[in-house]
Amino acid sequence: MATTTLTKADPSVEYAARLEHVSKSYPGPGGQQLVLDDISLDVAPGEFVTLLGASGCGKSTLLNLVAGLDRPTAGSISTDGRPALMFQEHALLPWLSAGKNIELALKLRGVPKPERRGKAEELLELVRLKGAHGKRVHELSGGMRQRVAMARALAQESSLLLMDEPFAALDAITRDVLHDELTRIWAETGLSVLFVTHNVREAVRLAQRVVLLSSRPGRVAREWEVDIPQPRRIEDAPVAELSLEITEVLRGEIRRHGQH
Amino acid sequence: MASTETTTAPETGSVEAGLDALETAQSGRTPFRKTFVDKIVPPITAIVVVLVVWQGLISLKIVDDPTKLPSPSAVWDAFRNDWLQGKLLGYIWTSVSRGLLGFGFALLIGTPLGLLVGRVRFVRAAIGPILSGLQSLPSVAWVPPAVVWFGLNNSMMYAVILLGAVPSIANGLVSGVDQVPPLFLRAGRTMGATGLKGTWHITLPAALPGYVAGMKQGWAFSWRSLMAAEIIAQFPDLGVGLGQLLENGRTASDMAMVFEAILLILFVGIAIDLLIFSPLERWVLRSRGLLVKS
Ligand SMILES: Nc1ncnc2c1ncn2[C@@H]1O[C@H](COP(=O)(O)OP(=O)(O)OP(=O)(O)O)[C@@H](O)[C@H]1O
Ligand SMILES: [Mg+2]
Repeated sequence: MATTTLTKADPSVEYAARLEHVSKSYPGPGGQQLVLDDISLDVAPGEFVTLLGASGCGKSTLLNLVAGLDRPTAGSISTDGRPALMFQEHALLPWLSAGKNIELALKLRGVPKPERRGKAEELLELVRLKGAHGKRVHELSGGMRQRVAMARALAQESSLLLMDEPFAALDAITRDVLHDELTRIWAETGLSVLFVTHNVREAVRLAQRVVLLSSRPGRVAREWEVDIPQPRRIEDAPVAELSLEITEVLRGEIRRHGQH
Repeated sequence: MASTETTTAPETGSVEAGLDALETAQSGRTPFRKTFVDKIVPPITAIVVVLVVWQGLISLKIVDDPTKLPSPSAVWDAFRNDWLQGKLLGYIWTSVSRGLLGFGFALLIGTPLGLLVGRVRFVRAAIGPILSGLQSLPSVAWVPPAVVWFGLNNSMMYAVILLGAVPSIANGLVSGVDQVPPLFLRAGRTMGATGLKGTWHITLPAALPGYVAGMKQGWAFSWRSLMAAEIIAQFPDLGVGLGQLLENGRTASDMAMVFEAILLILFVGIAIDLLIFSPLERWVLRSRGLLVKS
C-alpha cells in the first residue's frame, strides 16, 4: 500500500520540500551557536519521512525553518506551497471551539462561508471525532486535541504536512490509535509528511524513510529506507528489528558526544 | 477527502471511543441549593450582622446624635420616601446613564489607543510609560482641572470619566496583547493569518482577557471620579445624580439622606460590576477553560 500512494501525488513537482545545505545558528553565550549544520534533504511528493534525533538536536528548529516561521542562517529551502505545521503542543486556539478552529484554517485558505461548516464536520469525521464540532478545546482530552490539531492541519490542504512530535505526550494506546489514523489518512490523501520524533519505534512504524540527525550540531547522520508493508504495528517483529539497528547507531552518535 | 473506507484494524474505532469516554470529564450544573448555601447565605449573614450592630449602637445609646448616625429605620424611610415620590430611580439613572455613556466613549478612544501602543513600537516608546503612569494617578485628581477647563457642566463630568477609564482600558489591551502566547501567533502564521488578518483572528481574541480586565478597572475608576465630579458640580439643570444627592444631604445636615446616597453609590457600583463586567469576564475566561469551578 505504501507504494500506491505515491501515484496519487502531483507528478509535475519533483519534491514536496527541498533543503539545500541548510544551516541555522542562534546567538549563544560564547558567540554564535550552530544548531543545524549543512542539512540537505528532499521529501518526495507523497513520501512519508520521519526525522529522528535526540532531544535538543534541532528537530523543531528544522521544522520551523521548513514551515517558514524562521529563516536559515545559510542554505535554501523550497516547498511546494505553504506547508501545514502541527506543533509539538496542540496550538489550538482556546477561544474557538474544536470545529471553529478548523473553520478558521478553512477561512484563511479562502473557503467560502457556506462550505466551511460541512468541511469541518468532514475533517472531524476523518480523525474520528464526529460530533465534537462545538466542543471547547479545554473540554477535550489530550488525544482528542491532537486529533483536532491534525484535522486543522489537514484543513489547510497543503501538499506537505509537517508534524513535530505530535504524539509525544500521549499514552501508548492512544498513540497506537493515532498512528493507525495517520497512516490511513496519509494513504487516503497522498500527502507528503515530514514527521519529527525522538521515538525510534514510532519512526519506523510510520515512515517510508527514516532520517537520523546527529546532535550538536544537527547533521544528517544516516538514512534508512523502510520497506516493511503497511499496515504495520509498533510491536511487529520487523519494526522491532529495524528499530534495534537504528537505536544502536543513535547510541553511537550520543556516545560520540560523551567522549569529547 | 473524508472517505469512510478504513485500512486499519476494525477494533480501532471502538478502542478510540472508549479512550475518549475515559478522558472526557463529565460536567454538570451546580444545583441551586449549593449556590444558595455557598454564594447567597454568607453575604446576607454579613448584612444582617451590620444592621444588628448599627441598631445596637442606636438602641443602647452608644451613639445618640441622629445628625451623626441616623437609625436604620430613618435611612429606610429616606429610601421609601424617594421611592414613593418616584425620585429614587431618577437619581440612579442620572448617574448611571452618565457613567455608562462616558464609559462607552472611553471604550471608543481607549481601544484604538491600546492597539496602537501595543503594536506600534514608536507609539509605545512615546506614550506607553505615560499611559501606565496615568493608571496609578487617582482619577479624582482630574476633577479640579476639568472644572477649570470645562466649567461646572456635563462636559466636565464626561472629561473626568474619560480620563479615569481610557488609561485603564488602553493599558488592559496593551498587556493583553503583550501576553498573547507566541505559539498562537505562529500557529496563525502557518495558516496564513498575517498582518491585519493576524490582528483580527489571533491577536485581538487572544488579548481579550486583558482587555476585559482593563474595562473592569476602567469602570471602577470612572465611577469613583464621576461621584467626585457630581459632588462638586451642583447645578439645577444638571439633574440630581447620586453625588448631588450626597452633597444635598450634607448641606441640609440630613444624615439619613447622606447614608441613603452612600448606600446607593455602593450598590450601583456593585450592581454594574455584577451585572455587566463580572459575567463578561467569566464568559471570556470560562470559554477558554481558564476558570475552574470551585
Ligand atoms: N530561539 C532560540 N534561541 C536560542 N537557541 C535556541 C532557540 N531555539 C532553539 N534553540 C537551541 O537549539 C537547539 C535545538 O532546539 P530544538 O527545539 O530544535 O530541539 P529539538 O530537537 O526539537 O528537541 P526536542 O526533541 O526536545 O523537542 C537547542 O539546543 C536549543 O537550545
Ligand atoms: Mg522539539
